[in-house]
Parts: sequence; structure tokens; C-alpha cells
Amino acid sequence: MAALGAPLRTLRALLRELRYAAGRSYRDSPAYRHVVAAFRAHRVTSEKLCRAQQELHFQAATYLCLLRSVREHAALHREYHGRGERSPQEVAGLVGFRLPQQPGGKG
Amino acid sequence: ERKRFYQNVSISQGEGGFEINLDHRKLKTPQAKLFTVPSEALAIAVATEWDSQKDTIKFYTMHLTTLCNTALDNPTQRNKMQLIRAAVKFLETDTVCYRVEEPPALAELQKNEWDPVVAWAEKRYNVTVGSSTSILGPNIPASTKETFISHLASYNMWALQGIEFVITQLKSLILSMGLIDRHITVEKAVLLSRLEEEYQIRRWGNVEWAHDYDLCELRARTAAGTLFVHLCSESSTVKHKLLQD
Repeated sequence: MAALGAPLRTLRALLRELRYAAGRSYRDSPAYRHVVAAFRAHRVTSEKLCRAQQELHFQAATYLCLLRSVREHAALHREYHGRGERSPQEVAGLVGFRLPQQPGGKG
Repeated sequence: ERKRFYQNVSISQGEGGFEINLDHRKLKTPQAKLFTVPSEALAIAVATEWDSQKDTIKFYTMHLTTLCNTALDNPTQRNKMQLIRAAVKFLETDTVCYRVEEPPALAELQKNEWDPVVAWAEKRYNVTVGSSTSILGPNIPASTKETFISHLASYNMWALQGIEFVITQLKSLILSMGLIDRHITVEKAVLLSRLEEEYQIRRWGNVEWAHDYDLCELRARTAAGTLFVHLCSESSTVKHKLLQD
């Protein structure tokens, strides 16, 4: 069985990721309601090793990994890969030049 | 890049399964089929992906949507057997079976990290896999391949698309089965898949805009694929136990 840690920790991290993804109204989102309901439904069990509980925990941990990685990937993309090329004006400005103005258009 | 053109995302249940509504429009696949998924949890996750888009729609972050589209459209037009064979073929070049001899530190790391998961797979599926340092890769017996083929045949077409996707991402059938069987977490599977890169990073340093970027992308795709497989192959029933006084 995968080393998952405490279900409560996974649940809290998952709800935090949902909050980052959705914003203000995250508590009304179907995802939030589904996750909370699923955890509540599997909480009460007399068995020490409840297979369904472990399956749910693994699914929750996987979904948490998905949300977290997508958010981190998007942040890295914005930071390093999002800016695109500089315009000709900006390139000229780097070395202190300005592009010539040609009132009649080029050539 | 498309702007977000919808306010609300909601789910509804149709004849073929669960559908996604963007405002009043029903979501369609790239081949214009109606977007239906068999599992409510999967539909909710897809709806969350669409709802998470801010000003522009970044399709490259919507891995579950992409997987559903692939399952619905089947653009490579492969049938179940072709998918299974493509998946099992990866075993011949499975990452965890391909070992180096040099540098010794890396060879040792591979032995310590990969041997346990190969042993787990051999025990779990009652097969021989082994590992190899030869350039030709490990010699996988036909009986091993047959075992995996018949095991994968027990999954439905949607789950198989997901399984094949995860195998292609991790470059390993063994690691993918470890994930499907919940033996290892996504983070661990990705770490094992990238073992040599992690070794080099520890040796030469980490380059955030390349290494972390790739790491996050691989984690996202693998997590999406694994979740997709589990959501497409589960059937959950709630059994209420009688309270004992």
C-alpha cells in the first residue's frame, strides 16, 4: 500500500488546492461538496484496514497531486516561459537606440 | 488562445452519462461529439478544470478533459487489443529494467530504488521480469507478456486509454501498474521514472525553469492519467453496516 500519511492532512491540502483553483465561492463548487461528502461517508468504519477508505484516500492524494502540479506548472510557465519575444522597439531600446520614423512608410 | 467565454460550469446527467454545461451550451469533443463521461466524480473533476480557467483557456492544463476527449474520439483509432499490445510492448524497454553499469553511484541507486518495485510486480503478477545492463534491454519471457495482456484485458476501453497514457508518460509498464494497483504514489512513481535525472540534478544542480517545469508537467499528466483510470474502472457501492448496540 502506498505511503500516504494521515487522511486529514490530504483532505485539508486538497480543499486548499480547490480554494486556489476556484476563488471565493469554492465551498459551493461541486468538487468541494463531492470531496467532503466522500470523506464523511468513508469515515465511519469499524475495520482497521478499510479497503474502500484506502482507495478513497489514494484517489484524493492523486487528485491533490494533480491540482498542485497543474498550479505549480502554470506558475513556472508564467514566470519563465510566458513572456514571448520583445518587440523591435524594445530591442532597440536595450542598447539605447530608437527606431527611425518614416512618415511615408518603408522604402 | 481562447478567452473564457462562459460564466458558469455545471454538470447534468444525460442518456449516455454525465455531461458538462458551459453556461447553457453543452461541451463537445474536438470531433464534435457530445462530451459524456461514465462517472460523476470524473465529470465533477472535468467541470472543475473548466471552472479554474481565468481569463484565457489554457488547454495544456486541462489533462482530464484531454483524456476524456481521447477516450471519446479515439483519434488514433485503435481497438482494445491494439491498445493493450502497445502498453505491454513498453515492457521490453521498461525504465526500471534498463540499468547502467557506470557511474557506480547511479547503478547502486537504480538497484536500491528500482529492485523493490520490480520484485513487487513479479510477486503480484507471478511473473519473471528481471533487469538488464545490456543495450538490448531485458529479455521478457512470453508468459510474462501474456499475463499482463490478460490482466489489462480486464479493464474497459476508457481505463485502457488512461493506462496507456500513464505508461507513455512514465516510460514504464511496471511503474504504471504500481500506480494502478495503488502500491506507490504519483510522486514516488514520477521520482522513480526520473531517477537518473534526479541523480544528475543532485550532482550538478537544479535548473528551475527546466527541471521543475518538466517535473510538474510529468506529475500533472501522471496524476491525471491515474485518476482517470481509477474513476473509469471503479464501481462504488455504499454498504451501511448495522449499528451494534
